[in-house]
Amino acid sequence: MLEYSEKIREIAGKLLKKGTVDVFIGYRKGTVPMMNAPVLIRNPEEVNLLHWDSHCALNLCNYITKRTDKMGIVANGCNSRNIVTHVIENQIRREQLYIVGVPCTGMINHRAVERAVGLREILEVGERDGRFTVSGRDFEETFDKKDFLQTNCAICTHRNPVEYDEMVAEPVEEQKKVDAYKDVEKTEKMSSEQKWGFFTRAISNCIRCYACREACPLCYCPTCFVDESRPQWVGKSIDPTDTMTFHILRAYHCAGRCTDCGACERACPVGIPVRQFTKKLNKDAQELFSWETGLDLDQRPPLDVYRPDDYNAFIR
Amino acid sequence: MKGLLEHIGIEVGRLHFSWISSAEATKFVEVAEAVVEEVRILGPAKFLIKKRAKVA
Repeated sequence: MLEYSEKIREIAGKLLKKGTVDVFIGYRKGTVPMMNAPVLIRNPEEVNLLHWDSHCALNLCNYITKRTDKMGIVANGCNSRNIVTHVIENQIRREQLYIVGVPCTGMINHRAVERAVGLREILEVGERDGRFTVSGRDFEETFDKKDFLQTNCAICTHRNPVEYDEMVAEPVEEQKKVDAYKDVEKTEKMSSEQKWGFFTRAISNCIRCYACREACPLCYCPTCFVDESRPQWVGKSIDPTDTMTFHILRAYHCAGRCTDCGACERACPVGIPVRQFTKKLNKDAQELFSWETGLDLDQRPPLDVYRPDDYNAFIR
Repeated sequence: MKGLLEHIGIEVGRLHFSWISSAEATKFVEVAEAVVEEVRILGPAKFLIKKRAKVA
């Protein structure tokens, strides 16, 4: 991973010095372990801030929306698919971007790590060859990264960027034979009562902080429907029905656009399995429209084109 | 939308979609009757109901 950081810094320095890009968007080490933060760099002397390891799970695509300058950006598989979606949705022009592709082997679920060390305070984290070590004041433990992947990374089938100008390393092997929708299928088999109970419990801790929305690169509306007050579409308190309405609509706005990058779930402060909503839509998009988001710059998404043979069994 | 709502627990048969032209009065009647009948069988909605806040 360290060699990735070196390479990213080298490329960023080169691009900024040459003036190919005005700003370089990447990750920096966070102020606490396992929490890397996005960083925008303009000065070539600051490229040493750039960093890459298995905690770069926030989606950088958030920072390119509607910018007018030239940008360099670090992108792994899912982030690159979000960039493609941004281009398709006219949020940015492809020419403005210099995409530095990073082959990704998944991000570490920081909550699982915290549970594994019994919630002792982690002060330091390092990784090497598919294993990582966390240490604190009086402990040090080493784990296999593959046992601690974020749930979306464990089922990822697009680890390598689909769109890039330069890669920092050789592509990694893609995961095959993953059963991506096992959990969705399990919910699908439930009765209506069980489903409602499952989702009601899932969101019962929601404090309506909208971190999931802020972390999501798809949520770029100037005013979100939950923030509008004339008319007010949905109540703003933590009334369970309003909260459910928010989650249903947030998910639906991502239909056919979500790349399952997992930023929403990572950002949620109370650990709501937010992806259970969007995953159903991803599954439908795949089954009904043979669509996987952000794989091709020239293909229009299923909800913005009409084909005579579109799925329409639900219309009387 | 139907898929997602039914996935979350809204009963199958409560949500209906149709496309009816202003010239298709008979279709409108047919669809409306069918919808009413299906929803009547399901009974009153159980989920996604906003209750009035309890005031002490």
